[in-house]
Amino acid sequence: MDGVKNVYKLKGGVRMSTDRERVLKVEDKPATLGPDLDIREFTREAKAWSACPVPLLPKDIVLQSLSAGIRADEKDRVGTYFQIDHSVVFQGIQKVFEGKIDLMSTKDAFNKYDWFKDYWWRLVQPDTDKYTALAERNWDHGYFIRVLEGQKVTLPLQSCLFVSKDGLNQNVHNIIILEPEAEAQVITGCVVHPNVQKGLHVGVSEFYLKKGAKLTFTMIHNWSQNFHVRPRTAVLIEDEAKFVNNYICLKPVKSLQMYPVAYCKGVDSKVRFNSILYGGGNSYIDFGAKIVLQGAGSRGEVISNAIASDRAQIYARGLLVGEHSESKAHLECRGLLLSDKALIHAVPELTAKVGGTELSHEAAVGKIGEDQVQYLMARGFSEADARSLIVRGFMDVTIFGLPDELKDGIKRIVDEAVKGAL
Amino acid sequence: MNLLEIEDLSVEVDGKRILDGVDLEIPEGESHVLFGPNGSGKTSILMTILGFPDYKVVSGRIRFDGVDITNMSIDERVKRGMGIAFQRPPAIRGVKLGDIVHNFLKSDAEAMKKEAELCDALKFEKEFLSRDLNRGFSGGEMKKSEILQVLAQKPKFAMLDEPDSGVDIENLAIIGKVINNFLKESSGLLITHVGYILRYVEVDKGHVLIKGEIACSGEPIKILDQILKEGYGWCEKCLQIKGWCKNVNR
Repeated sequence: MDGVKNVYKLKGGVRMSTDRERVLKVEDKPATLGPDLDIREFTREAKAWSACPVPLLPKDIVLQSLSAGIRADEKDRVGTYFQIDHSVVFQGIQKVFEGKIDLMSTKDAFNKYDWFKDYWWRLVQPDTDKYTALAERNWDHGYFIRVLEGQKVTLPLQSCLFVSKDGLNQNVHNIIILEPEAEAQVITGCVVHPNVQKGLHVGVSEFYLKKGAKLTFTMIHNWSQNFHVRPRTAVLIEDEAKFVNNYICLKPVKSLQMYPVAYCKGVDSKVRFNSILYGGGNSYIDFGAKIVLQGAGSRGEVISNAIASDRAQIYARGLLVGEHSESKAHLECRGLLLSDKALIHAVPELTAKVGGTELSHEAAVGKIGEDQVQYLMARGFSEADARSLIVRGFMDVTIFGLPDELKDGIKRIVDEAVKGAL
Repeated sequence: MNLLEIEDLSVEVDGKRILDGVDLEIPEGESHVLFGPNGSGKTSILMTILGFPDYKVVSGRIRFDGVDITNMSIDERVKRGMGIAFQRPPAIRGVKLGDIVHNFLKSDAEAMKKEAELCDALKFEKEFLSRDLNRGFSGGEMKKSEILQVLAQKPKFAMLDEPDSGVDIENLAIIGKVINNFLKESSGLLITHVGYILRYVEVDKGHVLIKGEIACSGEPIKILDQILKEGYGWCEKCLQIKGWCKNVNR
């Protein structure tokens, strides 16, 4: 523990923890999926941003973060974490929630709580690949959110991870803990400044949902043409807890590879992964979700809707693992191809390790049905409007089951992005 | 004046002739019914009138409201006042029935009122407006959704493809009355295989389509009685000896 705690106190200094030894061995280990990157191509040099209320940040940053659902005015938001490059510029919750919710950078959390180490690199292993190793070696904060026992927070908490410098490497490590019977909505926006083309974002996230907790986690990614993204996420769901993960990625990205995993460890634990992706330009996107059903009565669902246009390549994966005889999960991969030069490859996988587990999948990839276009034209829509309506429908955010204050904002973001892309 | 004029229309789908020299005139203010056995080309006529690209017009022309529309796109024809209730509409994920209804009704405040009235008339739960188009709809719900869209559009000329198929008796009465009220104020072409809908809908003229040709035209109820008595086999004979069936021709 002391070794890890010292990590923060000796910022930039030499660390001698076990984690450090483990990662040294994998610093060049490519990930099992996605194109391999030369990490040396990205810079670690970034100016330090000083703390500042979000509305007082430069206008372009405020506007850009709004495109990922982050409200600078904090309207309908319980609390905000805002990180630019390697600096935490704002972290705070509304007064009425003090003592009910913790929201701070993970470095502050290490200083504040002795027990924090028990949640650090527990679900994701630091020696998974060169990206987890990088996040361990060069760790740039990330958010820590903890909702205390029994607290039910209906309005969302928001977190923005912003990259303002071209060519930067940003490595965040996030922790969310929902204590027993706690409920929360979290929206995270990962955004780059319009001037940023190139860069590498690594995000390690470890979420813990204790007995009866409910978390809806909505993440919006807005990257740029030459940006690389490697999230590494794992979630532990205990008895009767429920995790809903909504993921939206609408802007082109050079490469994105992520395969989050949820362990339904508890009795009657539930998880649902919903994704909406629009791959344009030369985007290479390899995404999916894994669910491991370990508890009696555990349930899981993966629904992904991906659109590939231009020359985008999308690999849509899903893996359901049934380890308990009373468990059930379903996987749906849907892909819509808008260009002959684009590609969608769906990889749905089911692994049953015990009898009695019920696993199923559906995958459908193809172009827009002409019968659908003609039907809408028979309702007076032009061909272009009909196609756009179908594309927007394909990215229907009602699958997320969000409260209205979040749903309407996210619907606007999706509509704008689709309109721009078409 | 004729609202719709079809002249010597021959149509192919994938190189196969499905309509052969069809002539049909529907004057403004009139509604006609088209009878015919399965596969006779009834739906193909509607698809061709509306300009579905799979239906290639190889000869003849279609005039609507005084304008030759033979080569117009579907949406242009719809903008000129054509509307349709499909027999088997596709399901479209994420596109809500309400998206289409609102697009027709435009103004928000008025739309809400109008929408409620139309749903009431059809005894159709408003909840369907926020559902994905035709996904998980029963046969009756699908018919109601199709008719609701036509009513919201208020076309000059409505084509209704088998609004009575797969609908239970109670809903048939509801749908039939709504269609009848609508057609009183406009014009239309109704397709029916079994004729149940004619218990509720008054039409001016009937036509029988056999193997892509109009076999006869005349009093709709007389034609229907004849079909119910003799079956469509009788109409096939009629086609072979044109004018043989004098009792129904006007």
